[in-house]
Amino acid sequence: MIWQIELVVLLMVVICGIGAIMVKDLLGAAILFGAYSFMMCLLWAIMGAVDVAFTEASVGAGISTVLFVAAVFRTSRRTKD
Amino acid sequence: MKTRALIIVFLFGGLLIYCTLDFPTWGDPLAPASKHVSPRYIERTVEETSVPNTVTAVLADYRSYDTMFETIVIFSAGVACLFLLRIFRRIEPETQLYRHIPSGITLRIAKGVKPPRESREFERIDLMWVPHDLIVQTIARLIVPFSQIFALYVIAHGHYSPGGGFQGGVILGASIILFAISHNLRSSFTRISEKLAVILCGLGVFIYAGTGALSIILGSNYLDYGALSRVFGVDAVTARSHGILIVEIGVGICVMAVMVHLYYNLASAGRHDEGL
Repeated sequence: MIWQIELVVLLMVVICGIGAIMVKDLLGAAILFGAYSFMMCLLWAIMGAVDVAFTEASVGAGISTVLFVAAVFRTSRRTKD
Repeated sequence: MKTRALIIVFLFGGLLIYCTLDFPTWGDPLAPASKHVSPRYIERTVEETSVPNTVTAVLADYRSYDTMFETIVIFSAGVACLFLLRIFRRIEPETQLYRHIPSGITLRIAKGVKPPRESREFERIDLMWVPHDLIVQTIARLIVPFSQIFALYVIAHGHYSPGGGFQGGVILGASIILFAISHNLRSSFTRISEKLAVILCGLGVFIYAGTGALSIILGSNYLDYGALSRVFGVDAVTARSHGILIVEIGVGICVMAVMVHLYYNLASAGRHDEGL
């Protein structure tokens, strides 16, 4: 695999992961977490684990983002801390 | 407090990274895992189960107990969500909103006043204003059937390509959630009610565990699908392939129902009245 693409994807994983816990807006955190899951999915696909990548794409980037958004919709959008 | 937590996180993170240095490198042929177990699976899967996708064979046949308890974990998540979030006491809302469809006027019905019957002229809308979303509804109506057929393909084609019960079930659940988002929660209840979702949760696990129990009845070990050859009327190798398919269908049903059920409870805060 082209190592430049891998490096960019890895950097995006780290940035999205840190961004998801730093951001004050919980809806933004949910979206960032979805982006993080998608980047992880790309990483799995790069490493040849296609089944894991498929699961990550459908569960991590798909359903869990929807469930987070539904939870944010019913609670508050801003964090307390 | 915050700095102390940060120090602990960095300490344990550093410890974990230090421990990974001892791991065999990625794709190392001399690693313990790829020395004994993996070659056995790679060489013998097709002749033992007639499944070309080794991952599916390992997941649903060789490591079947693991997958069964994963399904049970998902089932318990659904049940736990039911107990934690569901509010069975019906709370009458202060006001209800109805839309007169031909004129587009929104009616606010106070508590105690008899609301209009839902028909072609009146529809109930959520208290958080629901706009006329013709485009969203039409696009969702186009996408939902295709994603459902794709989900069935993923479940049924797990023997040959990446996919299987978990992924297919999640996609199937996502298509129903898409319908609930694009229309509203009440119209998705008319398609899949809460009762049906809970029954399907249990049915998926029952199919999985029942396949295992059937193998015992037919005189073999638990979850040894080779014993099902007499039921299907095929040889033991093909019976293992069929057994994997049945188990994957069970997983798919359970995952789909749990996802839909989680969404219902989260989006309506357990009231199952109004939601996202």
